Amino acid sequence: MKNLDSVFAAYLIAWGVFFVYYLTVARRTSTLRDDLERLKNTLNRGK
Amino acid sequence: MKKHALAGAVVLLLLGAAAYGALYVAPTERTMGTIQRIFYIHVPSAWTGLTAFFICFVANLFYVFRRQPRWDWLAVSAAEVGLAFTTVVLITGPVWAHPVWGIWWTWDARLTSTFVLWLLYVSYLLLRTLVEEPDRRALFSALFGIFAFIDVPLVFGSIRWWRTQHPQPVIMGGAGSGLEPTMRWVLLFSWLAMLSLMALLLRARYDVAAMRGELETLQRDAEAA
Repeated sequence: MKNLDSVFAAYLIAWGVFFVYYLTVARRTSTLRDDLERLKNTLNRGK
Repeated sequence: MKKHALAGAVVLLLLGAAAYGALYVAPTERTMGTIQRIFYIHVPSAWTGLTAFFICFVANLFYVFRRQPRWDWLAVSAAEVGLAFTTVVLITGPVWAHPVWGIWWTWDARLTSTFVLWLLYVSYLLLRTLVEEPDRRALFSALFGIFAFIDVPLVFGSIRWWRTQHPQPVIMGGAGSGLEPTMRWVLLFSWLAMLSLMALLLRARYDVAAMRGELETLQRDAEAA
């Protein structure tokens, strides 16, 4: 099974890229959700 | 939340099945041997990236004609997701090429046009960070996004119109092209798995864009009040 390590490397790198990208999206979602909540609270307090 | 978790589980299952098919079900290619199995992640990633850029192109056109923020949100989301898939293509390609060609990279028409495509969509995302006003940002990036899509037919046609180091097409390649039936099924199933991953990422990224839009509107309203 020549080059099997390259095949596994390619799959691991690909899944790694998608996983890291998904993590960045999830982090941005959570940050924005907090920011929105905070802004809405501030605006409601000002009314 | 429960729906998202279920969708994530289905995508993981499809990706796992696709990897199993690529590594254990598909027959070993006669000339290249085991290394050819990278084909089942490289090609579906490329097709999925191009699909995402097509969605971006259509969303940009809709934005230009309708000026509704949701089209801008969809366009930026599709551009970013397409970029993730194209990054995978640009990494897995050299890993495959090195043992087969003896080189990691060559500036042939297919590789160069794909790299230019990657650069164009990186520029598209960078351009958006330069304009603060949301409507102007959406319009400028929509126009740039429509221009950037010109490279997609070039990527598609490059291995058909010019002689390249990159292999000739195995699907829609005309007479003499084609794949062994099991290989074709594994390839198409892997593409389906990648498309499901694209849909999942696109949905999550769209939520980010929509929330950012809402935040910007609220901030503007607060400043105006």
